[in-house]
Amino acid sequence: MATMAGPSRLIGAPIKRREDPRLVQGLSHYVDDIKLVNMHHCTFLRSDYAHADIKSIDTEAAENLSGVVKVITGVDIQGKVGSIPCAAEIEGLKVPDHPALAVDRVRFVGEPIAAVVATDPYVARDALDLIEVEYDELPTVVDLDDAIESDSTVIYDEFGDNIAFTMPLDAGDVDAAFAEADHVVSQRFVNQRLIPNSIEPRGVLAEYLPGEGTLTVWSSTQVPHHLKTILSLLLDLPEQLVRVIAPEVGGGFGSKLNVYPEEAVVAYLATELRKPVKWIEKRSEGFTTTIHGRDQVDYVDMAVKNDGTITALRAKLLANMGAYHQLLTPIIPVLTYLMMPGAYKISNIKLELIGVFTNKMATDAYRGAGRPEATHIIERMVDLAAQKLGMDPKEIRFKNFPQPDEFPLEMATGVTYDSGNYQMSFNKALDTVDYANLRTRQAELRSQGRYLGIGVATYAEICGMGPSVGVAGGGWESSTVRIERTGKVTVLTGVSPHGQGQETSFAQIVADEYGISIDDIVVIHGDTGRQPQGIGTFGSRATAVGGAALIIATQQVKEKMAQIAAHMLEANVDDLVFEDGNIFVQGSPDSAVTFADVAATAHVAVNLPPDVEPGLEATHFFEPSNFTYPFGAHISIVEVDPETGEIDLQRYVAVDDCGNIINPLLVDGQVHGGIAQGLGQAMYEGAVYDENGQLLTGSFMDYAIPKATQVPRFETEHTTTPSPVNPLGVKGVGEAGTIASSPCLVNAVVDALSPFGVTDIDMPMTPNRVWQAIQDAQ
Amino acid sequence: MATTQINTTINGEDYTHEVEPRLLLVHYLREVAGLTGTHVGCETSLCGACTAIVDGQAVKTCTMLAVQADGADITTIEGLAQDGELHPIQEGFWERHGLQCGFCTPGMIVAAHQLLERNPSPTEEEIRHGLEGNFCRCTGYQHIVDAVQYAAEKMQG
Repeated sequence: MATMAGPSRLIGAPIKRREDPRLVQGLSHYVDDIKLVNMHHCTFLRSDYAHADIKSIDTEAAENLSGVVKVITGVDIQGKVGSIPCAAEIEGLKVPDHPALAVDRVRFVGEPIAAVVATDPYVARDALDLIEVEYDELPTVVDLDDAIESDSTVIYDEFGDNIAFTMPLDAGDVDAAFAEADHVVSQRFVNQRLIPNSIEPRGVLAEYLPGEGTLTVWSSTQVPHHLKTILSLLLDLPEQLVRVIAPEVGGGFGSKLNVYPEEAVVAYLATELRKPVKWIEKRSEGFTTTIHGRDQVDYVDMAVKNDGTITALRAKLLANMGAYHQLLTPIIPVLTYLMMPGAYKISNIKLELIGVFTNKMATDAYRGAGRPEATHIIERMVDLAAQKLGMDPKEIRFKNFPQPDEFPLEMATGVTYDSGNYQMSFNKALDTVDYANLRTRQAELRSQGRYLGIGVATYAEICGMGPSVGVAGGGWESSTVRIERTGKVTVLTGVSPHGQGQETSFAQIVADEYGISIDDIVVIHGDTGRQPQGIGTFGSRATAVGGAALIIATQQVKEKMAQIAAHMLEANVDDLVFEDGNIFVQGSPDSAVTFADVAATAHVAVNLPPDVEPGLEATHFFEPSNFTYPFGAHISIVEVDPETGEIDLQRYVAVDDCGNIINPLLVDGQVHGGIAQGLGQAMYEGAVYDENGQLLTGSFMDYAIPKATQVPRFETEHTTTPSPVNPLGVKGVGEAGTIASSPCLVNAVVDALSPFGVTDIDMPMTPNRVWQAIQDAQ
Repeated sequence: MATTQINTTINGEDYTHEVEPRLLLVHYLREVAGLTGTHVGCETSLCGACTAIVDGQAVKTCTMLAVQADGADITTIEGLAQDGELHPIQEGFWERHGLQCGFCTPGMIVAAHQLLERNPSPTEEEIRHGLEGNFCRCTGYQHIVDAVQYAAEKMQG
C-alpha cells in the first residue's frame, strides 16, 4: 500500500448504530412486512406423530374451501423439488433422503406433509383442518442411549441402525497416560436440547416472473447466497435467475443458517402458480420445526497427576442428529470433538463421536454450536479434577494453560490455535472479583450455613469460520467497495447481519481508511442481486472474514484513487494522505484535492493517469489461513439456598479476548446476549420430548427463555491478543458469551454445594434439580 | 365470512374498516391499517413483540380482536416520534445500544412507555419487572435497562 492512512478515528470507538433509527420507529421491513400485489398465503399441515407410515391423505375438502387456490402433498412435488440438502462431508456419513414434504413416512412431530395456498392467511389456516391424514403409528426412538442399542427400532430401514456416523480420534498414548495417572475422574454429561427461538419467526416470500424467468425469494435467513444456489438446484432453475434477499432479519443464532423445506416449497409454489406466495412461521411451528441445538450425552474420563497436570482425556460423545440432517447437522458435534482440550495442553486424547438418528427435530447450529458442549465438558472436568485433588480451580487452570509464546499451538485434535494469552485474561478476571478475598468470604459464609459458590470458566473457542477446507460450502467471504461519482461510498458484503451491526462497524473500517465521514458510506448486505457472491453470517465470522475482505477491497480502491489524486496534484503517490475528506501531500493540507473530486475525475475519465481505467470499484474474496481462537475467563458468584434449591446469581464477570475490537459497544452487546443464552441453558431452558416423541415444551409457557428479571447485570472486560490470520487482527465475539457461561454457572453452583458432596448437576439447574442433587449427595 | 364495521383512531388518524370478527388486532394494525412496526412474535401473548397502546394501556395485540378495539384510540410504535424527533425512549434505545435485531424493540419501547407513565423514575429492578412480559433474545436486557434509564432521566428534564 502506497499511501498512509489518516489518524484512526472510528475503529475502536463506541459508535452508535446506524441501523437503529429505522428499527426503533418500526420502519424497517422484515419478511412479513413485505407485501406484493396478488400475494397469496401458504400454510403447512404437519405430522402429529413422531414416527408413522402415511396411509392416505385426503385434501379434497380443503381444495373445495372458498379462497383455497392449491393444496399439494409430497407425492405432488416428487421429482419437482429436490431433497433438502446436507452440506456435511464426513467419512461414512449416512445421509437420508429428506423430501420437502413427507411422502410415505413421517419421522418427527411437525414434519411437513402438505401445503395449502389461499388468497387469505386465515383461510389457508382453516384449510389445514379439512385435510384428513390416515397414519399407521410406528415405535419411536427418542432416547439417545437407547437409540444405539442393538434392539432399538431403526428409523431408516436401509441403514440397519440409528448411527449416522462415527468419528474416532486416538492422539498420543492415552492408555499409558491413564495407566500412569495418579487420579482418574469420570463423569457423564447431558448437554440438553435447546430451542433457539429468535423473536422473529422464520418466513419466506417468493415471486416468480414467468416472462423474465426470474425467481425472487425474500427469506429470514443468515445465508442468502447458499439459499440462492440451493434453491436453483432444488427447483432446477438457472442460478443467475434466482435472487435471494434477506431483508431485516430478526435474529437467528444459527437457526437461520439453513435451508428449510418451507423455503423450497414456497419457492416451488410461486413458480408453479405464478403468483407471489408467502409463508410466515407460527411460534408453535418454530418450536417443533426450526432446528434445535445441543443434545449430547457425553461420557468422559480425565487422567491427572498429583500436581494437577492433565495427562489425558477419553470420551464417548453421543450427538443427537434428530430425524433428518439439516444443512450442517452432523458437523456441529465435530466442533465439540475438535475443541475438547479447551484452553489446556492435553496431548493424549482418545475420542469416539457418534451421531445418532432419533424421531426428533434435527439439531444444527445454535449459538456456540458444538463449542458450548466442549467447553462444558472440559471446564466441568477440570473442576472435578481440582475437587478430587483438593486443589483450587484457579491453580489447576494455570497449571495446564499453554504459555503465550507457544502460539500458534497445534492441539492433539488436529487444530492449531492462532494466538493466545490465557494467563492475562484469567488474571484480569481474578483481579476484577478479588478472588482471594472471595474465597475467604466463602469460607466465612459456610461457617454460618450459607452457600456461596464461585464459578470459573476459562475457555478457548474456534470461530471466524473459514478457511474453506474446514467449512462446508466455503469459508471465504467477499466484499465490494465502490466509490460513486459523487464521492459517496457503497460497501457490498456477502455477510448477512441480523442484529450484529455491521452496517455500522463496516462503515467505521472504511471511513478510517479513506479519511471520510461515516455518513458518506452505505453498507448493503443480504441481497444476492446486489452482491452476487458470499457466504453469510454465522460462526462469529462476519468481521474476521467479511471484514477482512472489506479492508482489502477498500485498500485496493484506495490505491487506484491515490494514483488519480497523485496525477491531479502532480505529486508522488507515496506521499499522499487521506484525511477529512481530502487527499494531499503529507504536510501540505492546503493544496488538497477533495475525495469527491477524485471520485468525479475517476468517472468523468478525461484526466486520468496513463494506464488507469475509469471507475473506482474493487471486489475481494478473502480466504483466511486459519480459524480464529478467541478465549477468555468468566467468573460467576452465586448463593444457593439448600432448602429451596434456588440460585441467587449475584455477580457475573466476563473477560473476553476477541482480538482487536472495531466497536466496543457492539462487542459488549454480543457478550451480554451470549451470556444470557448460556445462562438460559444453565438455568432455565430445555426441550423435553415424551416417550412418544411429542414435544412437551412447545410454547413460551413451557420453554423458558430468560426474562429481564432473570438475568443480572453483567460486567464485561477485555484483553486484546490480535489474531494473525486476518488483516484486522479480529477474532469474533458472537458466541463467546454462550460458550463460557453455562459451565461457569454450573461450576459456581457445584462449588457452592461442594460441602454437601455435590459434584455435578444437570442443566437446566432448576430449583428442583438443585435440591435433588443435594439430597442425592447426602 | 360476515364482517363488522369498526372505527379506530391510530396514531391520531381516524380509520373505518369492515373486518371479520375473528381478525386479531395485530393483523388489523399490520394488514388493514398497514402499520407493520407492530410485530407478531408468538401469537400467545407471551413474547410482547405485538405490544401497542390501546386506550392508554399497553396491550398484547395478538390476543385481542380488532372488533374489540372498535372506538379505541391506539398508539403504535409508528406514532411515538413527533415532528421527526425520536421519542426519548426511542432515543434511549439508540444511545444505549438497547437493540440488536430490532424485532422485539417496538413492543419493548411501547411497554417501556407505559412503565414510565406509571413510574417516571423507576429503579433497575422496577424496570426489569415492568418489562418482564417482553422477551428479547439478543441483548441480555442490560442495555435495554440502560435505555429506559436514559429515557427516564431525559423525560424528567
